[in-house]
Amino acid sequence: MLRLIAQRLGLGLLTLLAASVLIFAGTEILPGDLASAVLQNTATPESLAEMRKELGLDRPAAVRYVEWLGNAAVGDFGRSLASHRDVVEEIAPRLRNTLFLASYAALVAVPLAVALGLMAAIWQGGVYDRAVNFVTLLTISVPEYLVGYILIKYLSVHLGWFPSLANVTPDTPLVQRIGLTFLPMLTLVLVVVAHMMRMTRASVLQIMASPYIEMAFLKGLPKWRVVVRHAFPNALAPIINVIALDLAYLIVGVVIVEAVFVYPGLGQLMVDAVSKHDVPVVQACGLIFAGAFILLNLIADMAAILSNPRLRHPR
Amino acid sequence: MRLFGHRVPLTALIGLAIIAINVVAAVGAPLIAPYDQAAVLGDAWADPTPQYVLGLDDLGRDLFSRLIYGARMSIGLAFVVTCLSFAIGIVTGFAGAVLRGWVDMLLSRIVDLLLSMPTLIFAFIVLSVLGTALPVLIVTIAILDSTKVFRLARALAMNIAALEYVEVARVRGEGLWWVIRREIFPNAVAPLVAEFGLRFSFAFLFIAALSFLGLGVQPPAADWGSMVRDYRDMINLDAMAPLYPAGAIAILTIGVNFVVDWMLAVHSRGHGEGA
Repeated sequence: MLRLIAQRLGLGLLTLLAASVLIFAGTEILPGDLASAVLQNTATPESLAEMRKELGLDRPAAVRYVEWLGNAAVGDFGRSLASHRDVVEEIAPRLRNTLFLASYAALVAVPLAVALGLMAAIWQGGVYDRAVNFVTLLTISVPEYLVGYILIKYLSVHLGWFPSLANVTPDTPLVQRIGLTFLPMLTLVLVVVAHMMRMTRASVLQIMASPYIEMAFLKGLPKWRVVVRHAFPNALAPIINVIALDLAYLIVGVVIVEAVFVYPGLGQLMVDAVSKHDVPVVQACGLIFAGAFILLNLIADMAAILSNPRLRHPR
Repeated sequence: MRLFGHRVPLTALIGLAIIAINVVAAVGAPLIAPYDQAAVLGDAWADPTPQYVLGLDDLGRDLFSRLIYGARMSIGLAFVVTCLSFAIGIVTGFAGAVLRGWVDMLLSRIVDLLLSMPTLIFAFIVLSVLGTALPVLIVTIAILDSTKVFRLARALAMNIAALEYVEVARVRGEGLWWVIRREIFPNAVAPLVAEFGLRFSFAFLFIAALSFLGLGVQPPAADWGSMVRDYRDMINLDAMAPLYPAGAIAILTIGVNFVVDWMLAVHSRGHGEGA
């Protein structure tokens, strides 16, 4: 098993390396280089040449890639072209905010989705099951901003329960932070819970078809006990797998939810940087998002290995 | 109700109706919309009246008319992107499956590479350098999206290319292009059509999300995503304005998904069988 895990880890690192090449190449090989992107319409041949020199664009791309990657590995992403501040300094507080929001949403979404999925499996085919199925089918198609604005309109503007803007600062105390980010968290939860819940239900129901479950029923155990004690532990692996993949989806959702609630997170920073052609910031944000995406995919792979006894115990 | 010999369930009927209404609105926008999308008709955020069904927007333009023109932009863009992504994906996918060898290797590795990070993030990186002109948007999203079409087309063609009748055609001495066009393509059409619906709703949501973030369709042109962005501040004043375009996006996506679900179900049951 160790060999398999080492293989997956190596593969993950390789993927990250590939992503870094893509991120760098995406801003390099394209027609019109960084200098003309920065200067836009104000570019003259002289200012372009000067900008190229300043950005080091007169050296070959491969050299710059190795340099960029080497610096990134020790946590140096250069300076922002827009604010001229250190990129890491710009990113650090934003990353903390985004991680906070994402883990807050994950902490609520995962137990909720598993519980709802189990209930749907226990009452399979019943009114609850069909109702949940229909509602989740609808929410899967609904974009994050619609959910977000509906929540703002009813929970914030009408009822005044929660603030509509999640304007946290680095020294907002934790309790207040939880309240301020409640609506963004709820939006993310509503968007990801549907898929997680459906997959939990499907995984449990697949196990429910096995002979040992029938045996448990024949012993006279109540249905909830069969589902929770006999089926669920064996369905755990595919569930963890799906959850990890859904959390990877959360990365994209977070970018949009941050925009809805004007939350000072990494996604907002990246969107701003894209519209300002601030390439060093875009590259750094891109690398972090890609890294998180690859990490969660890796965890999904690992869960699949760990859950399979045939892979867990070497022959 | 039956369509092409298949019974159509209620959800699929609803889906088809939603798609039909949206397509009519998109194609016939100038005929259906009561006012021009750029015409300033009164005060900003005037309340709905029988004359202006949804009221006026931030610049005093008729909201309902703008929604109809927005359908044209949103659906048109998504359709063009999906067609392009299918053209790229099918050609490369079939080529990979039929030619095998280094061509297949190379194409598959490129696709793996493109799928190694979230599509939205990769789109950000490209847009940060190339800007957000419409052709750039269309080509970028189409290429990113074609990776998924490539995988499906390649898998389908691999399966079909292994069947006897394809071998017969090859032994008979038919050329590569003939085999793809006459033997493989007709047999891959059904699953590809369902995939077209899925890819369309993906491209549609993706463009809307980019526009909502201010990185998609730029003013004065407007699609539903950028309308949500333009009207978003009004939500704090308890207005419905941003919910109309956002709701339109959701409804069309749901409609397309209903139809795709039905097509996939029909396909998995085999041809001609009613349910």
